[in-house]
Amino acid sequence: MDALLEISELTMDFGGLRAVDRVSLQVCAGEIVALIGPNGAGKTTLFNCVTGVYRPTAGAIRLRLPGRAGQRIDGLAPHRVTALGLARTFQNIRLFAGMSALENVMLGRHCRTATGMLGAVLQDPAARREEQETVAGSHALLEQVGLAHLGDELAGSLPYGAQRRLEIARALATAPHLLLLDEPAAGMNPQETRELDELIVRIRDRFGVAVLLIEHDMQLVMNISERICVMEYGKLIASGTPAAVRGNPRVIEAYLGEAADA
Amino acid sequence: MFPSLRTAAAAALWFMFLALPLLAVRVDTLHGVVEWRWQSLGWVGAGAFAASLLWQGSRAWRRRRPADRPVPPGPLAGAAGRLLEDPRWYRPALSVLLAAAVAFPWLVDTYQASIMGLALIFVVLGLGLNITVGLAGLLDLGYIAFFAVGAYSYALLNTVCGLGFWTCLPIGGLAGALCGLLLGFPILRLRGDYLAIVTLGFGSIAKIVLENWDALSGGARGIAGIARPGLFGLEMGMAGITIYLYYLVLALVAVAAFVSRRLQASRIGRAWVALREDEIACAAMGVDVARTKLSAYAFGAFWAGSVGVIFAARNTYINPNSFTFTESALVLAIVVLGGMGSLVGVVLAALVLVLLPEYLRAAAEYRMLVFGAVMVLMMILRPQGLIKVRRRRYLPRPAAGA
Repeated sequence: MDALLEISELTMDFGGLRAVDRVSLQVCAGEIVALIGPNGAGKTTLFNCVTGVYRPTAGAIRLRLPGRAGQRIDGLAPHRVTALGLARTFQNIRLFAGMSALENVMLGRHCRTATGMLGAVLQDPAARREEQETVAGSHALLEQVGLAHLGDELAGSLPYGAQRRLEIARALATAPHLLLLDEPAAGMNPQETRELDELIVRIRDRFGVAVLLIEHDMQLVMNISERICVMEYGKLIASGTPAAVRGNPRVIEAYLGEAADA
Repeated sequence: MFPSLRTAAAAALWFMFLALPLLAVRVDTLHGVVEWRWQSLGWVGAGAFAASLLWQGSRAWRRRRPADRPVPPGPLAGAAGRLLEDPRWYRPALSVLLAAAVAFPWLVDTYQASIMGLALIFVVLGLGLNITVGLAGLLDLGYIAFFAVGAYSYALLNTVCGLGFWTCLPIGGLAGALCGLLLGFPILRLRGDYLAIVTLGFGSIAKIVLENWDALSGGARGIAGIARPGLFGLEMGMAGITIYLYYLVLALVAVAAFVSRRLQASRIGRAWVALREDEIACAAMGVDVARTKLSAYAFGAFWAGSVGVIFAARNTYINPNSFTFTESALVLAIVVLGGMGSLVGVVLAALVLVLLPEYLRAAAEYRMLVFGAVMVLMMILRPQGLIKVRRRRYLPRPAAGA
């Protein structure tokens, strides 16, 4: 299968610190890939390089959309990367706390809508139709993540688990081909985590998006991912199926320390 | 009972001490004597004592009520909420208000119409800055510079090129917007304190340039003899002109409020608010942050430029002293006091902040003191501003099958 996202030899330096060291990995269309590793391994830095927050020091990131030629996306501004079809959530939730849940999702439609100032002021039929579609589509997405009844609540006042799901709905609103989830289960209780892994699989099946997720909850990772990539100290130390990665001695060492041979 | 009396007495003493140099001591330079006015100090003490007792009483009363009364979900409780949210309520209310505003200059004398006109100018300024600061969250301490740009473009185009008011109105607005863009570019990456410093500097630079570029702006002397707007060549007396200008500003208020409201509820308005809430998330959701920031600056400045043209036409004479930091701060106070982003709040706050000092002229030298006290009280009683912004509800819900 052709890779949707292809990261090759990606390196990111912060001064003297090499946060990501020649990492190469691929995500295919419709695939769920997990990126795991101890804290500080460079997983979020990798995400930030892919989504345009950082300009990588070296290496290339290519996006190959179905039916189109591949293109490099490293160094593009974040909003351009999103417009091309990558959407993300954040490790420490970054919702628009003062806006309603529905408006948060509607904001995700921003890059897929085109009403300009004049249209917004005059409310011509095209603008009105687009706004109605935005509301309806966003509401449907809220339903998908089980938040339809909380649409008018302020995003900042939602319970923690709901905020995490709202972030996913907001990211989906940008109509992505690849969804990058940064620790979506962080801070969730076991019940919420179980619901989350169903949600992620359901989203993949329904919207046909590929998912690349960073996660520390091993049960979630093992349950849903088709491939797992493991990072440690900025380097990719293993990748493969869950079963293969689980038995990989280097991975066990990275997680448990030197005593792995015992 | 005694502790509250003791607190009140302490407050009274403290206020008397504070007011001592201002109210009690009067140096009569003519006769070289110091006059002690103990009586006024007594009034201050008594007033503070009573106010403190009242304040404590109201706090005790509030504490005795059930703490968090449950707010019913759905439409806002209370008449005020309905008035602001339900079209069946706010449409008639708006019409009544508009009718009152239209009738106003015929019911009062020229002086009243004139200061109301000035207040409406600040309403437009408030509505403009509300977009930059209230919605997009981009602090601007030099906003009055755009007002100056509008005023000077009309003044110059009129006195030098002989262009008329109606030609200059859009030109002034666009000149303001252009300056908004010019200011926006270098400060795209700044936020917080740095943004405040740069915009403050921009405001000061604008004033200094106007004061010193004699050849263009006439320096500190300003520009005189600016034409008033005509109305089909009609001859109007002083009263007629005042009323005409009042209507012009009122129309601009209506247009600015209408456009702001429409934009606020559109994808552009949402992008502005999202930018205020979280810039990084905003970019990650596909919003072009640079473009959104620039549009907020330019659009906010547009209204300042437009109303600046009216200001110049109204005064027929302008000089740099009308465009000081004090005015920038006043407009910012209007936006903050109104409740960051609330149109109704901005209109109310502008009227209060401009009219209050005018009507307090009766209290002569103490008017700024009272003004300050009102501001402090506002911040204590309603820190979120006069009108708290409610997020728009997208009701009725789209069909469930959507």
